[in-house]
Amino acid sequence: MSASTKPLQVVIIDSGGYNIGSVMAALQRLRVQAVLSNDGATIEAASHVILPGVGHAATAMRKLKAAGLDRLIPALKQPVLGICLGLQLLYEHSAEGNTQCLGILPGAVSKLHGSTDLRTPHMGWNRLQWPAESALQQQLPNPAWMYFVHSYAAPINHCTVASVSHGVAFTALAQRDNFLAAQFHPERSAQAGAALFSHFLSL
Amino acid sequence: MSLARRIIPCLDVRDGQVVKGVRFRDHQVVGDIVELAARYRDAGADELVFYDITASPQQRSVDVSWVERVSAVLDIPFCVAGGIRSLATADTILRAGADKISINSPALQNPDLINQLADEFGRQCVVIGIDSILADGHWQLRHNTGDPEHMIDSQRLTLDWLVEVQQRGAGEIVLNCMDADGVRSGYDLVQLAAARKLCQVPLIASGGAGTREHFDQVFCQADVDGALAASVFHKAVLAIPELKQWLHQQGHSVRTLTPTTDSH
Repeated sequence: MSASTKPLQVVIIDSGGYNIGSVMAALQRLRVQAVLSNDGATIEAASHVILPGVGHAATAMRKLKAAGLDRLIPALKQPVLGICLGLQLLYEHSAEGNTQCLGILPGAVSKLHGSTDLRTPHMGWNRLQWPAESALQQQLPNPAWMYFVHSYAAPINHCTVASVSHGVAFTALAQRDNFLAAQFHPERSAQAGAALFSHFLSL
Repeated sequence: MSLARRIIPCLDVRDGQVVKGVRFRDHQVVGDIVELAARYRDAGADELVFYDITASPQQRSVDVSWVERVSAVLDIPFCVAGGIRSLATADTILRAGADKISINSPALQNPDLINQLADEFGRQCVVIGIDSILADGHWQLRHNTGDPEHMIDSQRLTLDWLVEVQQRGAGEIVLNCMDADGVRSGYDLVQLAAARKLCQVPLIASGGAGTREHFDQVFCQADVDGALAASVFHKAVLAIPELKQWLHQQGHSVRTLTPTTDSH
C-alpha cells in the first residue's frame, strides 16, 4: 500500500477533453489535488496517472503524439486510469477515424449501432456485470450503477474486469498490469464512481 | 433494456436563481442553484438540467460562474441550456464542467449550428430541446418560449424537426409538450410515443408530471429514456427516493441509491 507511506502525486494527462475539470473536482471531493500536465517528466514522476477523454479518438491520438506521449504512456509503471475515450485509446485500434491507438490493451474499439429500440449514444446509468470474481467488485457498491456516454465500445476479452449490456455486451472496466480503464465516467457516477477513484488511489 | 430510466429534475434559472412558472408565465423564485443542485444529487436524481430561461429572448448567453460552482459539487451529469448560439459559448460552458449543452431557439434560427456543435464536441454533448404545441391538428414548434412576449411560431412541424435534428447530429432530444407543461396532469403520451417511433437517440419527456403514475405511464407507453420534471419536485409533491422505489416495484429499471460506505 504505497498510498499510506508515500504522498499522492496524481497527474491528469492534458488530452484536451472536456471532462478534465469534472475529474479534478471528483478528486478534490476525495481531498486529492491533481496536477494537469502533458509534460513527460511530470507524468513519469507521478504516483498515479489519469488519462481522461471526451472527444474524437483521432484528435486525441494526434495530441498525444505531438507531446510524445504515445511512446511514454505504454512504458509507465505506476497505476494508470483511462476514462471513457481514455479507455478506448488504450486498445490497439479504434474505428473512430480509423485510428491506431496505444496498444496496451488487446483488441479494437468499434462503433455501437443504434436503432429506435437501441438508442445511441449509450447514454445514462447502467449496471456493471462481473464475468469473474474480482477484488474490485468488493470495493464498489452492489449493484454498481455507473454513468456512460459513448458511441464506440471495446470488446470483451481476458482484460475485461466488468462488462455492461446495451443490446450487445462490451467492456466497462478493463485491467492489465498497472493499467485500469473505465468506459463510464466515475467523475459523474455518484458514490459508485467515487469508490472507483478511491480504489485506484489505493493501488 | 438495461439502461436505467432517468429521473431528471429541471431547474429553470433566471438571474442566477431557480424559478418556476405555470405554462411558461408568472415565475416564482424557488431557491439557490447550487443548494438545489446538491439537494437533488442527494435525493438520487440521475441528472440535472439547468435552463437559463431569460437568455434566448434577451439575446445573451448564460453566465458561466454558476456552471463552475455546480460542477464542483455535482457527482452526477448535468446539462446547461439557454442562449447557446455559438461554438465559443458551447466551449465555455463545457469547459466550465457541463456534461451537455442543450439548444432550442438558436437551432431553429440556424440549423447548421447543430452540425457544427456535433462535429466540434461530439454528438453526445449536443442535446436539442424542442418546445411543441398542438395547433390546427398538428404538433408544431414554438421557440423563444422563455418569454411569452417574444414567442415565435416557427412554422415547422415537430416530428419533421425531430428527424432533421438527428440527421444533423443531435445526441439526445428533450421534447417539451407545452400543452401539458406546469399543470401536472400527466405527460403527453400520444405525442411522446409518436416521437419515440422516429427517434434513434435518447428521448427525454418534458411537461406535465404530477404523480408517480405519470412517470410509470411515460416509461411504459412512450418508452422514453428519461423523464424531466420541475414543479412536482420543487414543490415536494413527489420525493425522488420514494418515486424511484415505487418505479422499481413496478418493474422499471431505475438507479437505486446505494448505502454509502463512507463513515464520516
